[in-house]
Amino acid sequence: MDGKIGVLALQGDVSEHIAAFEQVIRERQVNIPVVEVRLPGDMEGLIALAIPGGESTTFMRLIDQNGLREEIRNFSGGIFATCAGMVVTAREVKDESRFAPLGIVNTVVNRNAFGRQRESFEADIPVAGIASPFHAVFIRAPVVELAGPDVEPLAVLPQGIVGLRSGKHLILAFHPEIGGDLRLHHLFLDGILSLPRPGA
Amino acid sequence: MKLEELRYGTELIKRGFASMQKGGVIMDVVNAEQAGIAEDAGAVAVMALERVPADIRSAGGVARMSDPGMIKEIISAVSIPVMAKARIGHFVEAQILQSLGVDMIDESEVLTPADEEFHIDKKQFTVPFVCGARDLGEALRRINEGAAMIRTKGEAGTGNVVEAVRHNRTILSEIRKLKGMDETELIKRARELEAPAELVIETAKRQRLPVVNFSAGGIATPADAALMMQLGSDGVFVGSGIFKSQNPAKMAKAIVEAVNHFNEPAVLAEVSQGLGEPMRGIEIHSLPPEERLASRGW
Repeated sequence: MDGKIGVLALQGDVSEHIAAFEQVIRERQVNIPVVEVRLPGDMEGLIALAIPGGESTTFMRLIDQNGLREEIRNFSGGIFATCAGMVVTAREVKDESRFAPLGIVNTVVNRNAFGRQRESFEADIPVAGIASPFHAVFIRAPVVELAGPDVEPLAVLPQGIVGLRSGKHLILAFHPEIGGDLRLHHLFLDGILSLPRPGA
Repeated sequence: MKLEELRYGTELIKRGFASMQKGGVIMDVVNAEQAGIAEDAGAVAVMALERVPADIRSAGGVARMSDPGMIKEIISAVSIPVMAKARIGHFVEAQILQSLGVDMIDESEVLTPADEEFHIDKKQFTVPFVCGARDLGEALRRINEGAAMIRTKGEAGTGNVVEAVRHNRTILSEIRKLKGMDETELIKRARELEAPAELVIETAKRQRLPVVNFSAGGIATPADAALMMQLGSDGVFVGSGIFKSQNPAKMAKAIVEAVNHFNEPAVLAEVSQGLGEPMRGIEIHSLPPEERLASRGW
């Protein structure tokens, strides 16, 4: 066994992330439990942490209240972050005075870069490392406007970077957990797990 | 990327928005200052309205959509989503709210209904809707019209959680009863529920509503919020309960923490301490039937 995958379960589409990772694990025929992370003790034995979609202000309030800030900052595994996860893992969030992000990835993020909910959209976008366009669901999505040299952009729209890799971390502005396309989950696990996936 | 390849306002986008609100507290606010307090406390969204339900109740008369100027002010004050209420069946109020950039519209019984036969055809809109329900049939009818989120109606503006509990338990129990029915039985049940058969079948299979299910109407304390979460809600709306309490900032934070730790009585005890007076509240049986907001809509 390779350890566990944790899903930060403070708020947001936690059950969708759990279901998506469980599906991916079944497809890879490995035995890795997917667990909820609410408190520092839940981080034990994790090889990966998913930060779901939700509201970043709420996430940061609860991360601090539950004493998770340093635990997540010091986490040595890979982080799979979607939407609000892109915001909370950033080095800096533009025009945001209510919270200090975790500063895990060397990025400057613009929250709600596409506008309001009525401007939320789905589209097939090219993603580096994925053979054909990826069906991406953007919901009040952020973008990365500035990224450090250690960041590898994987998907870029006119508004900014919407998908990137930084070390073991995979950071996305959109929601692969609800779009029905799990190739990015596999790409993420390829960088984390010692065993190659069957048939890959 | 060509613009025509982008698809807006699909069911996936609408329901996806609702999913991102799960585990959260949505707070009623009447101005930018309250919206800031709600955001600071960790609310996942605010509901912008001119008067909280308790004041709508005491003011009487016709309650309508709020002043667009006030909604715009709140939109520019916070970065979390902003919701607003339209009257049941008042699709023009909904069009106005959509054009203002409201992120989700609440077709709400708290306002005076504008149509006694038809709810808004919510599929015509790009923004998602939340609708109130007292039972499974009502919830599925609203979902069929395009609602992306269901909330219990409860009895808004009373600070009394009893009706929200009743509606929540009713929906859960009706879903449980679908278990074990075969397809013909489910189709028969759909006729009784006055709901589309395919939604009844989907609900039976998943053993939950096809969309996110929040609680609303009378939640006034951290314990009330945790009660609704333990009863299986995906999140809560708190209306008058926060800004009609003695210390709104403290109450707002406490309710957010209570929803996060809804299964941990020791944490609930801690966050419930020293909050001052919650809102006064109304005993439901003292409300004459014509003053019960939950009976609006069908």
